[in-house]
Amino acid sequence: MSDASGETRDLTMSRAMVSAIAHEMRENDEVFYMGEDVADYGGIFDSTEGLREEFGYDRVMDVPISETAYLGAAVGAAQEGMRPIAELMFVDFFGVAMDQIYNQMAKNTYMSGGNVSVPMVLTAAVGGTYNDAAQHSQTLYGTFAHVPGLKVVVPSTAYEAKGLMHNAIRDDDPVLYMFHKRLMGIGWLPAPDGPKTPVPQTDYTIPFGSADVKRDGDDVTIVTLGLHVHRALEAAADLADDGIDAEVVDLRSLVPLDTDTIVESVEKTGNLVVVDEDYRSYGVTGEIVASVADEALAALDSVERVALPDVPIPYSRPMENEVVPDVDDIAAAVRRTQ
Amino acid sequence: MYENMVTARHYEERLQEEYLEGKQPAFDISAGPIPGELHLAAGQEAAAAGVCQHLRDDDAVTAPHRPHHVAIAKGVDLQRMTAEIFGRQTGLGKGKGGHMHLFDPEVHFACSGIIAEGCPPAAGAGLAAKKRNEDSVAVAYLGEGAIDQGAFLESLNFAAVFDLPVVFVIEDNDWAISMPKERVTDVENGANRADGFEMPGVRVDADDAVEIYEVAGEAIGRARDRNGPTVLEVQVHRRMGHFMGDPQTYRPEADQDAALARDSIERLEADLRDYGVDDETMESIREESHERVEAAIAWAKEQPKPDPADAYEDMFVNPPSGVTDSEPDFDVAGGDD
Repeated sequence: MSDASGETRDLTMSRAMVSAIAHEMRENDEVFYMGEDVADYGGIFDSTEGLREEFGYDRVMDVPISETAYLGAAVGAAQEGMRPIAELMFVDFFGVAMDQIYNQMAKNTYMSGGNVSVPMVLTAAVGGTYNDAAQHSQTLYGTFAHVPGLKVVVPSTAYEAKGLMHNAIRDDDPVLYMFHKRLMGIGWLPAPDGPKTPVPQTDYTIPFGSADVKRDGDDVTIVTLGLHVHRALEAAADLADDGIDAEVVDLRSLVPLDTDTIVESVEKTGNLVVVDEDYRSYGVTGEIVASVADEALAALDSVERVALPDVPIPYSRPMENEVVPDVDDIAAAVRRTQ
Repeated sequence: MYENMVTARHYEERLQEEYLEGKQPAFDISAGPIPGELHLAAGQEAAAAGVCQHLRDDDAVTAPHRPHHVAIAKGVDLQRMTAEIFGRQTGLGKGKGGHMHLFDPEVHFACSGIIAEGCPPAAGAGLAAKKRNEDSVAVAYLGEGAIDQGAFLESLNFAAVFDLPVVFVIEDNDWAISMPKERVTDVENGANRADGFEMPGVRVDADDAVEIYEVAGEAIGRARDRNGPTVLEVQVHRRMGHFMGDPQTYRPEADQDAALARDSIERLEADLRDYGVDDETMESIREESHERVEAAIAWAKEQPKPDPADAYEDMFVNPPSGVTDSEPDFDVAGGDD
């Protein structure tokens, strides 16, 4: 974590995210936020807590339940040079506005031959672990990383949340900023230890495509993101008791993907475990493994993938616990590489 | 109607108690016997009872994320619905769906947790009835917050151009989570959305079960007689937060008080007295409905929890050969409850 220095304070991930948005809104009148329940409620997941009080309804807009309209409007305003941040309350709702995301937001820069830019941020809450069933629990990292033209970032701690948000708002391209509900520090959805971190008071950016080695180790590389950074760290601590020294790489962004850091780690450890809360097939785990195989096949002694088996996320707790990777699943996968 | 309404009210009061178990003193949405979100419909019962009273088992209903009152009025199996909400193996969806995703094909009931997304399937049920030359109808329920959604507007047009037997029922409780209607919709009367599609749009201003029953009867009759779709908007009141745990800090206290003061169940009781129904009769209906609810909850809580491996079943009704399940080829250590 060498991206910033100076005075810090401990923040929850949501507070860190909001502090970056507020900073950018103060600095630049062209930045505004819109979404459902973002003004008076402060965001269902506290993603905009306090912003309306400071900036008013003009710049923190509650919008109709019309995702096609307001996500598409963000695209249009961005193309006019403004810097909208539009929140999709649950990433699972993306389908309602799929065309605006997949065909407009993602492709207009390319189709215009680079003559149009879409400097917007689409924020979305992701993740399960609270028994909310198949339409409110997905991460869908792979879905958005799959279409060319979207930058996709996933913070794992307050420090990442702030630095990535500063970078996202300042970026001239569309950025999908996917925050895990379980990490936000919401009262009704307790976070694990870890996401609440010291955060510099001043603004700082975390460049996209810079994965962070959250734990050094020599025996195996665990590559992951979001909530599962914390589960991987916990698994690594357990494994250390058995003499297995795991390195944990936090991707921080999926597009661009920091293949260099992953390959460097695998060349040191020889073993790769990729952990993802998204569906297994055609997803993040396959992409990471393929990327490493492309660049460092000879270094690979073993590969394990830990991801959601290809089922919609079930409601009932025994079944959800079964399919969402937990600490034991990660540790077991690591042991299979040794 | 009265029986449906008091059953729904008591059912939700009991669900609320069960939901809060294990979530106190610090509210944790993922704790307790009923985890996840829970959206209760207290105050909206008249919209369900007044409309569904006209429906047969072969009429299709799609409900949104706040479905219990509609499900009860439509005749969904109360025991298996409750087992689903408790995440049990014998639930309507074997514990896979939960409270926002209840499916009972026996009575053609389905729901979705995505706003307005029940509208197109309802139009589809109407289309099926028309193609098969049957006189069944379809009803799509949506909230007033959903009237700006593309799926609703496209479904109106689709139902209109093909003259489908569909009734779109807007439950106007004034609030889309924290967003008051006047700040996000430029029409006061959501039923006016029908005007643009040249179909009837009717609004019932008071949450009056009898009036809803009468107006719904005309709309459903029109659909059954192949005279096309209708938008029916009914005023209801959200007595509680959007979901359990919603602090409602955005909501003026006077609005909440007004919602609590206007109780469609009490109103119907007064009407029933005027029709000559005595209090003892109503009391016995209430008692019976309470017993039914208690029995359903007791039954549900006795039901087995799913086996963790059940998570891999039901992906397809016709699993591709060689892919009979999607269980991963590694040991999964989770599954503890």
